[in-house]
Amino acid sequence: MADKIKVATASLCGCFGCHMSILDIDEKLFDLVELVEFDRSPINDIKTIGKCDIGIIEGGVANSENVEVLREFREHCDILIALGACAVNGGIPAMRNQNTLQECLETAYIHGIGVDQPCIPNDPEIPLLLDKVHPIHEIVKVDHFLPGCPPSGATIWTFLTELIENKPISFPYEQIHYD
Amino acid sequence: MPEQQTFKLDSKTIPFRDGDTIMDAALRAGEYIPHLCHNPEFTPHGSCRVCVVSANGRHVSACTQQAMNDMEVDNRSDAIMDKRRNLLQMLFVEGNHVCPGCEKSGACQLQAVAYYTNMLSPHYTHFFPKRSVDASHADIAIDFNRCILCELCVRASRDVDRKNIFSISGRGIKARLVINSDTGKLGDSDLTATDKAVHVCPVGAILPKHRGYDKPIGERLYDRQPVSQVGDVAAHDEDDNHG
Repeated sequence: MADKIKVATASLCGCFGCHMSILDIDEKLFDLVELVEFDRSPINDIKTIGKCDIGIIEGGVANSENVEVLREFREHCDILIALGACAVNGGIPAMRNQNTLQECLETAYIHGIGVDQPCIPNDPEIPLLLDKVHPIHEIVKVDHFLPGCPPSGATIWTFLTELIENKPISFPYEQIHYD
Repeated sequence: MPEQQTFKLDSKTIPFRDGDTIMDAALRAGEYIPHLCHNPEFTPHGSCRVCVVSANGRHVSACTQQAMNDMEVDNRSDAIMDKRRNLLQMLFVEGNHVCPGCEKSGACQLQAVAYYTNMLSPHYTHFFPKRSVDASHADIAIDFNRCILCELCVRASRDVDRKNIFSISGRGIKARLVINSDTGKLGDSDLTATDKAVHVCPVGAILPKHRGYDKPIGERLYDRQPVSQVGDVAAHDEDDNHG
């Protein structure tokens, strides 16, 4: 066990689709668990991160907690990977950057269809939203990028095996797409 | 009879005629040089710079540089591909290119050329510019978030449709595509769905309405084959053109 590669994963401002795609490597998961051991990850529900070889980030950075988690990952992981469109370029959540944060909150909580108690939530436990959604490379140094919404299981498998075997990272044409 | 003039494109000998650009001769010889603003039906524009090559050691755009006898052109070295990737990354961060939310995705030449150069990240800091969508026309929508200022619609509307519906206004980073109508709206222009200008956009900026997902994602022009093999999106029929 001690020789296994330690991997941590987190979903920031994403939809968990990229994590679903990790699970989508299907029976190769058996091969993967021979090679790696999961540290903090939604897959095992471990909440704190220890020293890791590889950190995988899904989602962009939209609030103060996302910034904190991302910086923790950078600090604890030798190699940090942006997984999927939102981590790579902000993705769909970054479409809110076309509006002010105030406009977004008012649309959702004041003027939204079906809102019957208009009130912008301000509980101190809710992480503060940033004025814009950012791709993760705008906050910390990122070592590898895997685009796609989500990247396919095959793409993730190609990448992880090449990375673990210390080979140059390259993909068959059909495995890279931005959508 | 005068001797055939040729130049070297990487290691291949390419014949050319007087007046040919590097791009003209390469296209005729079936050699791919990545490009976005170039379309052989229109006067070269040289604005996207993606066709950058090194000709006798100087960086030039292949679509505007005249071919010269015995010229040595580097089209495929890592150094040239790095430059193209950087140019594409700048195009991506300057606009709002949200591929998962774009109905042109998979049949978009910006995407396809980025795939060709192995672009995996935008690298630069995003501008997230505030731009609008004009859906005032019954048959055509224009999303300015995706415009890369290639001016193909400007050239097609002026030179083929003879309507002059599109122009570029402003300079440098403030340059933007505008509609020549009294209100500035597409719906108040003479544009029709059959106009050439509607069928030359290499990205998802000008889109015919009501058919965005007729062809599903995964079965589109560049989903299985690279742009170097299938060519420009504008050269394919309308079904392919719009996914």
